[in-house]
Amino acid sequence: MHDIVLIGINHKTASVELRECIGFSKDETETATGALRQLPGVCESLLYSTCNRVELLLVTEDKPVSVEAAKAFISEFNQIPLAQFESALYIHENDNAARHLFRVAASLDSMIVGEPQVLGQIKDAYRHAAEAKTTGVILNRLLHRTFFVAKRIRTETGIGDRAVSISYAAVELARKIFGALDGKRVLLIGAGEMAELAVEHLLRHPVAETFVANRTFENGLALASRFKGHAIRFEEIAEHLKQVDIIISSTGAPGFVVTRNEVRNVARARKNRPLFFIDIAVPRDIDPDINRLDNAYVYDIDDLKGVIEENIEDRQKEALKGERIIDEAVVRFREWHAGLEVVPTIVSLRQKLDAMAETEIRRTLHGNALPPESAQALSRMMAAFINKVLHEPTVFLKHDGMQANKALYLDAVRKLFKLDE
Amino acid sequence: MTLDAMDAAILITIVLYMLSTAGYLAYFLLQKSRLQQAGLALLLAGFLSHTASIAIGYAHQGHIPVSNLPETLSFAGWAVAGAFLVLHYRYNLKILGVYAAPFVALVMAIVPLLPKTPAETPAVFKSFWLVAHVTAIFIGEAAFALAAGAGLLYLLQDNAIKAKRSRFFFKRLPSLDLLDSTGYACIVVGFSLLTLGLITGLVYAKSFWGRFWSWDPKEVWSGISWLFYAVLLHGRLTIGWRGRRSAILAIVGFGVLLFTFLGVNFLMEGHHKGFTK
Repeated sequence: MHDIVLIGINHKTASVELRECIGFSKDETETATGALRQLPGVCESLLYSTCNRVELLLVTEDKPVSVEAAKAFISEFNQIPLAQFESALYIHENDNAARHLFRVAASLDSMIVGEPQVLGQIKDAYRHAAEAKTTGVILNRLLHRTFFVAKRIRTETGIGDRAVSISYAAVELARKIFGALDGKRVLLIGAGEMAELAVEHLLRHPVAETFVANRTFENGLALASRFKGHAIRFEEIAEHLKQVDIIISSTGAPGFVVTRNEVRNVARARKNRPLFFIDIAVPRDIDPDINRLDNAYVYDIDDLKGVIEENIEDRQKEALKGERIIDEAVVRFREWHAGLEVVPTIVSLRQKLDAMAETEIRRTLHGNALPPESAQALSRMMAAFINKVLHEPTVFLKHDGMQANKALYLDAVRKLFKLDE
Repeated sequence: MTLDAMDAAILITIVLYMLSTAGYLAYFLLQKSRLQQAGLALLLAGFLSHTASIAIGYAHQGHIPVSNLPETLSFAGWAVAGAFLVLHYRYNLKILGVYAAPFVALVMAIVPLLPKTPAETPAVFKSFWLVAHVTAIFIGEAAFALAAGAGLLYLLQDNAIKAKRSRFFFKRLPSLDLLDSTGYACIVVGFSLLTLGLITGLVYAKSFWGRFWSWDPKEVWSGISWLFYAVLLHGRLTIGWRGRRSAILAIVGFGVLLFTFLGVNFLMEGHHKGFTK
């Protein structure tokens, strides 16, 4: 019996310090995958490592030996004593391993449910493993099912639909106000990682122009050239409110950088076109009272976090639908995996041939009125023929096939005779 | 072609509009696009049977069936359904069905409840100018009804974005920009048709009563409605009345229009009286 074993460590079981010690870089992943394949009992291997998890997927003929060898391998490879991380490891077998992999790839097990990167990382790892031929029939099948399931969950549920980062949430809001963002003008006040990220997301849409206002004009110039925009002086902000549409502010200023009166005074010049303020600064840069003016909208950092929290809740609701899809996929994979045994395969092969023989005999007898003895002789002849045909394959699968890759032959037989349908 | 057939067509129309309403409401709650498609298909079917009922009325009476209140209401509802369908395919503003379908369902549900004063077939109806007058006015009013609907949705969405906590509408309604521009387009169309309707009405009044304007209450209130929308459009083009203010004005304007359409008849006298009472 070939067992599928998944050994892993993730953000739920281990601290970031520990995960850092056990992480595998891209190159290390490839060498480690190859080395795992050489461990005792292991017939197939795959390893993927992301910032939140490291997981080993093995197909083994001797589960206890392989599991111990794999643990020792992790310890040795990362030069960290097993005792330090053993309690953080989880081990899943067969059905549970498949279920876990499905959940990880579909991003149901992620820190942020629905984030799309993990699927890409697993695909990469699998591609390299398949090229290095460390995977075989079972893992190939399992991974193909995994990608199918992950895709299905992404299209059939809404787990990836709503923004769950500050910068994406800001863009989502802007789209609810302006519709398309084409031709909108963006003003960045101050600097800061989150604000710059938000501008970058906005710039993926064909916005018309970007302005950057900074206390230190030189810093503003540098940022502006990065965004292919214009640097303006801090004093020019009020004047520019007449033409910009989206303002992202993130300064260290103690008071408000934009006041309610300034916004009210430009409303007429703007012909009341909407203004959207994204205030990432603490203390706040934008007077919250501006939100009470017509056609002006202010979101501060807490508002954005509130939006994100709700979106995460939405995603978790959608994730429940994903679990149902996974249940179904696990059952189907189990059926296929269980079929990869010698006896059930021979049994279903015989049933298939018997059924064919019966159909053909009935068809032959239908038009010809043969005496009963002749009909019986015909049936006996068919049965003997089937026995002869099945003899060699049975012997092969029971003995010779055991030596080489049993799963490969069993899978080939099942495919040749379409035993899985 | 009997009046029974017309009544039957109206009943079928009501049922279809109500089913369409159910479809749109379910779509609004559950956000399944299949529900929206069902709502639209039902509305389209309702519109066809509605058209049939008006065609039967036309064949029976020999002129547009707008000689009493139920007929006039039915015609108005027909115009709203038609205007919504045009708007749907033109702007792809699916969600407005949540407003339009219940609106026409409600209007049509009232129709069979009203007493039918027998049509006298007055000489008034035998004129091209009258047909033009009635058609332009009703389609224009339908456009204003949809503008009010877009305005209502705008206010809901505006409020959702400002309040930051009411995510129910935020998720389900389209962008403010789309709602605003759709409402504006409806008002432009409505205003053009209302203008056309008033002009043809004046021409017709001249040919029938011998004078353009007779200070009939309905004329006066139509004039007020026209002025109201004229000011609204002017404000938008020059000062930039848009967004929230424009949405509120579209709703108020439709209120004035409803008063012109119904209120005037019940509260005041005039030569339009019989057609909507």
